[in-house]
Amino acid sequence: MRRTLSLVLAAGLGLVAASCGSGDDKPDAGGSGGQVTITVGCQPPKSNPKERAGWDADVAEFQKLHPNITIQSKDAFPCINPDTFQAKLAGGTQEDVFYVYYTDVQKIIKAKQAADISQYVGSVGKVKDLRADVMGVFKDGDKTYGLPRNNYNMGLVYNRKLFTQAGLDPDAPPKTWAEVQAAAKKIAALGAGYVGFGEYSAGNTGGWHFAASLYARGGSMVSDDGKTAAFNSPEGEAVLENLKQLRWNDNAMGSKQLLQWEDLMRMMGSGKLGMMIGAPDVVQGVNNDFQGKFEDYGVTAVPESDGKASLSGGDGYMFNPKATPEKIKAGLLWLEFHELTPGKGQFNYARAKEQGRPVGLPIPDLYGDSAPGKEIIALRKQYATVPVDHFAPYVAAQPNITLKLEPPKAQELYAVLDVAMSAVLTRQNADIDKLLSDAESKANKILAKNT
Amino acid sequence: MRRPRFAGSARPRGKRGDGVPGPAAGPGAAGPDQAGALRRAVGRNLTAYGFLCGALVCFALFSWYPMVREVVLSFQENNFVDAPTWVGFDNFRTVIEDPAFRSAWINTAAFSGLALVIGYAVPFVLAVVLNELRHAKAYLRFVVYLPVMLPPAVAVLLFRWFYDPGAGLFNQVLDVFHLPPLSWLDSTSTALVSLVLVSTWMNLGTGTLIYLAALHSIPGDLYESAELDGAGLLRRVWHVTIPQTKLILLVMLLLQIVATMQVFIEPYLLTGGGPENATVTVAYLMYQYAFNFGDFGGGGALGLMLMVVLMVFSAIYLRVSREAER
Repeated sequence: MRRTLSLVLAAGLGLVAASCGSGDDKPDAGGSGGQVTITVGCQPPKSNPKERAGWDADVAEFQKLHPNITIQSKDAFPCINPDTFQAKLAGGTQEDVFYVYYTDVQKIIKAKQAADISQYVGSVGKVKDLRADVMGVFKDGDKTYGLPRNNYNMGLVYNRKLFTQAGLDPDAPPKTWAEVQAAAKKIAALGAGYVGFGEYSAGNTGGWHFAASLYARGGSMVSDDGKTAAFNSPEGEAVLENLKQLRWNDNAMGSKQLLQWEDLMRMMGSGKLGMMIGAPDVVQGVNNDFQGKFEDYGVTAVPESDGKASLSGGDGYMFNPKATPEKIKAGLLWLEFHELTPGKGQFNYARAKEQGRPVGLPIPDLYGDSAPGKEIIALRKQYATVPVDHFAPYVAAQPNITLKLEPPKAQELYAVLDVAMSAVLTRQNADIDKLLSDAESKANKILAKNT
Repeated sequence: MRRPRFAGSARPRGKRGDGVPGPAAGPGAAGPDQAGALRRAVGRNLTAYGFLCGALVCFALFSWYPMVREVVLSFQENNFVDAPTWVGFDNFRTVIEDPAFRSAWINTAAFSGLALVIGYAVPFVLAVVLNELRHAKAYLRFVVYLPVMLPPAVAVLLFRWFYDPGAGLFNQVLDVFHLPPLSWLDSTSTALVSLVLVSTWMNLGTGTLIYLAALHSIPGDLYESAELDGAGLLRRVWHVTIPQTKLILLVMLLLQIVATMQVFIEPYLLTGGGPENATVTVAYLMYQYAFNFGDFGGGGALGLMLMVVLMVFSAIYLRVSREAER
C-alpha cells in the first residue's frame, strides 16, 4: 500500500513539475539565412472556394514579390474562436500573425498575449493614412500591437422585403425609435413567427448590445478614469425602456428570448425578423452563412444616434508574443499587401466581381477620407455587384460618428448587463431603475478589482 | 466477499490465478526461489500489465494531468506566455467576491435537488415496469435507451425547439388541453426546471438499464413467495424490489449528485445562464472565467472548489461501493 502511495505521489509531483515548467518555451528562431516562414490565420475555409482561391493567389503573388518570405496559411471558420484562443497560446499553436476581433484586442494587450510591434509598424506606409480611432483599437498608450482588417460602426439592419410586405417603405427606414416601434408592430402583425425587432440577452451578447445602444445614445459604460460604472444614466434607462416598450407594449419582439448571436442571424436569414442593431457585416454573414440574399436587406444609422458615437466593431491581426523580429517584419509586409493596399488582397474588387462575389458593402472603413480611403470607395463603386443604395442611409451617417472603444473588463461587464437585458425581455414587471442600480453596484466591484 | 489486499495479507503466495507474488518476509529475504516466482508471475500476467499500462497512461494524460494542472492554475496568474506567477488564494478571493458566485452555487444545488426529485425515481419506475412486461421488452428497452445514443448537444438543441414559446411542441400540447402556454426557458421560475427535464430525458436510459440489471439479480422465488402471500405489484416493489436493490439505489443516488452538480451543457446551449442568472451554474461560471474572461486562474479556483465538494460525495460513493462488494 505504501509503495503504491509513493508511486502515485511521485507521479503527481512529476506532473506538477511538468505543468509548472510549461510556460517558458523557447522562442521560435523565425528563420535562417534570410528566409522567414510565418503562419497567418484566417485563410478562407474550403467551404468558401472563391475567397480561398483569391487568398491563395494573393499568397503566391506576395511570395513572388518577397522570395525570402513563406506564408503558411491557417484556415478556420470562424477565423477565431475566443474560447480556444488561450488553449492555442498555451499549446504553442497560435499563428505568428493571428486574427482577432476588436472586442478581444484590449483584453489580449492587458494580458500581454500579443507582441509589441511599435518599433516595426513605422515600416508600413499606409499606417499614417489609417483612421486614428481605428488604429487606437490596437494601441495601449503609445505602443501598437496590431493592424486592422475590417472596421464598421453599428447601425440598424432591416429586412427590406418584410418592410414591403408590411406596407412600409424600404427606402425610408426608421430614423427615430418611435418609428422603429411602429414598423416593428406592423411586421410582427404579419403573422405567427414574425418578429419586428430582435435583440440579444444571453451569453454576454445582451451586455454587448446594451453597450452599443448606450453609445449610440451618447452614454458611457464607465467613467472617464475607468474606475466606476456610468451606465446607470438617463441613456442607459432609455435603452431598457425602449426594449420594454417593444417587447411588452408593442408585442413586437416575439416571445422567444435569451437570444444569442447565431439566433438573430438565423432569424434574419430566414426572413422572419424585421430589424436588429448591427453593422453591414451582418448582411454579409446572413448572405454567406444563413441563406439570406443581399438584395433583401438594408442598413441605416442607429435611430436617434445623431452622429454621437458607435461601439467599435471590426477585426484585425496581432502578432504572437513569441514571434521573432524577422517574423513580425514579414507579417507586417503581408498585412500591408493583403489588408491595407487598395486594389490588392481584400480590396481586389475586380477579382471579386469576376468571381461573382459581392462587392459594394460600405465596409471596411479603415481610411476615412484619406487618399487610400477615397481610392477604395471609387474601386468599390466601379465594381459594385450589390445594390449600394440599400446602404446609403448608413453611409450618409458615418462621417460624424466617433468610434468608441469597449470598456475595461468588457466581458465581465457584459455578463452583468445580460441580467438587466434578459430581465426586461422576459419579465413584464421588471424594475429598470433597480436593474440598473444592481448592475452598477456589481460593475463597480468588478472595476474596483481591476483598478 | 472482500478481496484480500496485497501487502500485509496472509494469502498463500503464488496461488494460481491471483497473479501477484506474496509478501516478502523482510529485507534481504528475496532468494532465487522468490525471484523466480516473481518472474513467473510477471510472465503469466504480461498481457494484463500491458493493458494496465495503457490505461494508466491514458488516465495520466487525460484525467490526472489536467486535474493536477487545474489545481496548479488555481493558485497562479498565467497568461500562457510569460512564466506564471504564484498568487496564493487571490483567485479564490476573486471568484468568491463575484456577484454570480452565490447564484451559481444555489442554482447548482437547486439543479441537483430538482434532478433528484424529478429524475431520480423515473428510471427506477421505468425499469420496474419494463421488468414486469411480458411483450416487446427488447423494443421498449431500445426506445428507452435511444436518447443516450444521441450526442448531448443534439438532444439539448432538440429540446430548444420543444421549448419554443411559439411553435414549440410543449406549448402545442398545452394548447390541446386548453392550458395557457408557458415561457419554459424564458422565465426565472421555470428555466431551471426546464433544464432538469432535458437532463433527465437524456440520461434516464443508462439508469434504467442499470436498474434492470439489478432487478434481474433478484431471486425469482422472493416474488413467488410474495405473490403466494397475496402481494400486488406495489407491495412486491415495496417489500421485495426496493430492499433488494437499496445498495444500487444508493450508489445511483450518489452518482447522480456528482453528475448533476457538474451540469454545463444544458445552460450553455439553452439559456446562456439566463434569464437573470437563473441558470448560471458553477461549471458554467467556470467556463465563463476561463474562456470568456480569459482568467484560467479564476476558472481553476472554481473547479477546485467544485472538486472538493464532489470528493465528499465520491468518498461516500466509494464507501457504499465497498459495502456493496462485501
